[in-house]
Amino acid sequence: MSEPMVEQLLDVTVTVNGRPRHARVPARRLLSDFLRHDVGLTGTHVGCEHGVCGACTVLVDGAPMRSCLMFAVTAQAYAVTTVEGLGSMDGLGPVQQAFLECHGLQCGFCTPGFLTTVTAFLCDNPDPTEGQAREAISGNLCRCTGYQNIVRSVLRAAELRAEAT
Amino acid sequence: MKPAPFVHHAPRTVDEATAVLADVGHDGKVLAGGQSLIPLLNMRLASPGHLVDVNGVCGLSDIRVDGSGVRVGALVRHAELERDPRAYAALPLLRQALAHVAHPVIRNRGTTVGSIAHADAAGEMPAVLALTGGLVEAAAANGDREVAVADFFLGALETSLRPEELVVAVRFPLFPPGTGTAFAERARRHGDYALAGVAAAVTIVDGVVARARLSFVSVTDVPGTLDVTEEFAGLEPEAAHWRDCSDRVRAHVAPETDLHATAEYRAMLATELAWRTLAEAASNALTVAA
Amino acid sequence: MTTQLFGAPVRRREDPRLLTGGGRYLDDLGAGALAAAFVRSPHAHARILDIDVTGALDVDGLVAVYTYEDLPGRVAEPLPLLIPHPALTHGRTQYALARDEVNHVGEPVVMVVARDRYLAEDACERIRVEYEPLPVVVGIEAARRADDLVHPDVPGNVAAHLVQEVGDVEAALEGAPHTLTLDLSVERSASMPLEGKGVLARWDAEQGELRLFSSTQTSTGVRAAVAAKLDLPLAKVECIAPDVGGGFGVKINHPWPEEVLVPWAARLLDREVKWVEDRREHFISSAHERGQLHRVRVGFDDDGRLLALDVRFWHDNGAYTPYGIIVPIITSTQLLGPYKPAAYRCEFWSLYTNTVLVTPYRGAGRPQGCFAMERTMDAIADRLGVDRAEVRSRNFILPSEMPYDQGLLFQDGRPLKYDSGDFPATLARLKAMVAWDDFGDYRRQAEAEGRRVGMGIGCYVEGTGVGPYEGGHIQVETSGRVNVSTGLTSQGQGHQTVFAQVVAHELGVPLEDVFVTTGDTRRMPYAVGTFASRAAVMSGNALALAARALRAKALRIAAEALEVATEDLEIVEGVVRVKGAPGTSMSLGTVSVMSNPLRYAFDEAAKAATQFAGANDPDRAPVADDDEPGLEGRDFYSPTQATFANGMHAAVVETDPVTAEIRILRYCVVHDCGTMINPMIVEGQVHGGVAQGVGGALYERMVYDESGQLLNASFMDFLMPYASEVPYIETDHLETPSPLNPLGIKGAGEAGCIPVSAVIASAIEDAEGFPITSMPISPVELWELRRRHEAGDLPSLARSTTSAGSAAYPSTLEAP
Repeated sequence: MSEPMVEQLLDVTVTVNGRPRHARVPARRLLSDFLRHDVGLTGTHVGCEHGVCGACTVLVDGAPMRSCLMFAVTAQAYAVTTVEGLGSMDGLGPVQQAFLECHGLQCGFCTPGFLTTVTAFLCDNPDPTEGQAREAISGNLCRCTGYQNIVRSVLRAAELRAEAT
Repeated sequence: MKPAPFVHHAPRTVDEATAVLADVGHDGKVLAGGQSLIPLLNMRLASPGHLVDVNGVCGLSDIRVDGSGVRVGALVRHAELERDPRAYAALPLLRQALAHVAHPVIRNRGTTVGSIAHADAAGEMPAVLALTGGLVEAAAANGDREVAVADFFLGALETSLRPEELVVAVRFPLFPPGTGTAFAERARRHGDYALAGVAAAVTIVDGVVARARLSFVSVTDVPGTLDVTEEFAGLEPEAAHWRDCSDRVRAHVAPETDLHATAEYRAMLATELAWRTLAEAASNALTVAA
Repeated sequence: MTTQLFGAPVRRREDPRLLTGGGRYLDDLGAGALAAAFVRSPHAHARILDIDVTGALDVDGLVAVYTYEDLPGRVAEPLPLLIPHPALTHGRTQYALARDEVNHVGEPVVMVVARDRYLAEDACERIRVEYEPLPVVVGIEAARRADDLVHPDVPGNVAAHLVQEVGDVEAALEGAPHTLTLDLSVERSASMPLEGKGVLARWDAEQGELRLFSSTQTSTGVRAAVAAKLDLPLAKVECIAPDVGGGFGVKINHPWPEEVLVPWAARLLDREVKWVEDRREHFISSAHERGQLHRVRVGFDDDGRLLALDVRFWHDNGAYTPYGIIVPIITSTQLLGPYKPAAYRCEFWSLYTNTVLVTPYRGAGRPQGCFAMERTMDAIADRLGVDRAEVRSRNFILPSEMPYDQGLLFQDGRPLKYDSGDFPATLARLKAMVAWDDFGDYRRQAEAEGRRVGMGIGCYVEGTGVGPYEGGHIQVETSGRVNVSTGLTSQGQGHQTVFAQVVAHELGVPLEDVFVTTGDTRRMPYAVGTFASRAAVMSGNALALAARALRAKALRIAAEALEVATEDLEIVEGVVRVKGAPGTSMSLGTVSVMSNPLRYAFDEAAKAATQFAGANDPDRAPVADDDEPGLEGRDFYSPTQATFANGMHAAVVETDPVTAEIRILRYCVVHDCGTMINPMIVEGQVHGGVAQGVGGALYERMVYDESGQLLNASFMDFLMPYASEVPYIETDHLETPSPLNPLGIKGAGEAGCIPVSAVIASAIEDAEGFPITSMPISPVELWELRRRHEAGDLPSLARSTTSAGSAAYPSTLEAP
């Protein structure tokens, strides 16, 4: 029998929701697992681990990206925002508030990926049409809602953002 | 679905990157955007021993536009190129095609150079590189070289790139004045790999067609071009029967049957999209001229 | 104000938590637990010759490797067959780890436990299993041919064969002026929740207790199954379903192999162990559903009235039958929808194949049954040249005929007896909504523009709220906080909201004082589970009954303290007060204090209650014989039969004349699930159901090759619809109350998906002019059908030819 394979560990520090978060992890640690299991921010969910479902979408320097398709070690160069950084129970962000008002979620598993995606979308397009809203969420899978109330949520979030400014 | 272990390399310069690549040879894989590579790693369909993560390499993030074309560095994300106003003005086909690359979130991370180096016949950007007659700039410890697109793609997921080489940029030459372009594809779901896709460039000189060319997505092994100038040369665009290219298209494409469509259906789609895309490109050429 | 809670679109209580990353799904628990992974069979059918685990031993962080040989006692026995049925003569279930033989790709063979999932997968990759491949049975046709057998001791691959008949169908067919034969098929799909399954087990060695978390639709079921498998007293096992990221049926089956193995390993290792199913595992080792072939023979009169309906179908149950034959039983009974054939006979064969096993997926056999019935209705209309909606309405059971007994036994073994419903009213609503009678104009206009459009319709009846029972427990704390628990689980249905609405309404307390717990066996050990659109009906009514009991007790205590009659009291906003004299009152919290004679003054409520304390009666026990301390109510709801919801959908589709791409232009739903607790949530359920239906109609299928490999086991190739593929859904609701239960409600969870394949097929057929008999349908398949039609291999519908009558529905299947 050969020697046990011992994997090299790296010191990885990623800025998450404005705070530097450090862990010693192997190079292959996916950003999604780093956030969930090393940092303990379990709001980012993992639905497919091949980049299709969008549940794990986080904001990387403000742009939505799949955290299952990035290694934590690579993410050190960026500022990462997760669903936990979009608002709190006592102070929901506008997108979160809109999803609450419009019944934009059911089981809630895919929701964090929608919230991050929509947050970035509304920064680029603060006053979308219904068609644009639908297209904006068309890279995220939801198995519960049929998307209709998510589209409504996007439009409502745009209103809430406009009211806040 | 977790990747197998690998040694991570984080070079800061092209020289460092190529030195590592020379060192690890076939056991190395370049990581840029990773939007095609990491799914393969997660599924353990690929497990390279070394990952050369070039995301920290200086000098690969530029989009340069000049009179000869658009040069795209290896770390330029699809979304950056798609949004770049100068690139769009110089070569509208880039944005026309990039809008079809997966979903916006994938385009935020995936790189245009990466998708060309990956050489997936279902990729949009290899077809665009082919239609523009582009060049691939490859760096290596033992010398850099430029590879013409015709010599770059060898087969599905296969290029003439050597294991020790790093693509640092691709160059998309400009079309001649009076050229309009268009891009269309069909997928089962919005954002999926195309069942068939077509890029078209039509050049109008003195009000008549001077050149008409096509390249294809998902229906040829290697992204090449189909020159259909002969069918339309000298015709006014409004008078051209763009469907006349259909036989040529059918003869050119060699689609395969897979889970989502039969070869015959894909050929039909390619043929249908080809004439529609040519017509749109011609119309765009007239707009450019006007 | 509280009286308006019931029936109002109240915002969900669970959402602020779920919207801020505060959800606690299975993999969010047990940080630091060991991770399990499995070596799964790469073969669809093979004998296991040898397992060599030595390669795995090099992996740093490896904790344990188990094969079948390691399993003790009842863990080594086959998993239970949950729902036996006399017709299921050859039920077979798998072992937790394969013993000698594997019967589908994905069957677990070796269990690995390691420090984390990455390392566990490293170890799996290094384990060598030697197989001897055996002949593979894939697809219903191969299963029927039975050239090869999935299980050598199951002749003909037939797990079950069942016939139900009402009237003399053969005689009625012979006497019918018109008959048609249709062969109709539906392919496999799957529930495919965004969160896969998962299990976390903690063994408390000091107490000898197991705490188990599972992403399940039935925590009581899992608890009982695991206790039995591990030979533990039920009292030493507790099971909690945390937040569950969707179920849609696949998580009702239990115990899954991992639900037995993970707690077994946790106890053996005395370590916390967790298994989180990844997407590929979910595709190849959970469950699928829908695959059925149907042959319908129908006899009808000149008006299109059903004189005889004879349905035979073949159901692909995959490699094992842990969940019995619920799905085909539902097809065979719910196929009838809102109609009343004079004679009906249904016969099915449930067949083994070397593919992933089958358990109910939202709709559970109804989409197939509805497809068979509604395609038949369209064919009758076409044969007679009668409007498709009109043919349906001529066969409707009328409101005056309710309750209507179809004369069959339903999935719960009880009579299939519809309790209420107004089918003509539902149809009238739908026709108005979709502008049914004006479609001809629209079609002509579209045709003039070179466009091809069609309209389709589908009707269904859904038995919901099957028993046997659910329970509700409510306790009012001295603070006035109302703790509510029910044993069934939640996977996104908004139970924390709707059950709070029921309780707040019944009790007269503010919604925000009500806190609902579901799926925790510590709080409610008796429960069945969340499936069959039963949660609102079952737990909703159980909680209403419990709340009424609690309310009566509260009034009795308050009446005594306030020295008034109970009839003079009301409860408003959590305060018991004298009607017309609201100043004479006490809070429910105070009543709670008074309900408990042990009244240490821990809090203000207790102090406040002292003013009401009467003189001690030395002759009375502090707690009377017929009383209990505390302000609690507990009750169970157990109906004699299911309650039947119904609905009708219509769609307008456009098909591309060249590429055969299919676009849904309009999708309209009229839905009747009785009294609605929360219309916002009901509507959300309908939307989600329709979207899954659209997936099943146009996108989703499980593609197996002849060797039993699932070729599209990823989200890249299994085409679940994105927002870009789901149409805008127009909805309208009727509320025909169920006479069967106190709240008048019927289930709503599955309804949306049931008729979608039927409706879309109807619309495509209408657009194309030739029959659509198989779903799902993709552009390439429609394109091929057009070519066959143009070549004369596929006849036109009668309405698109000049001759009356047609052979549009050929007979191709041989009788078995």
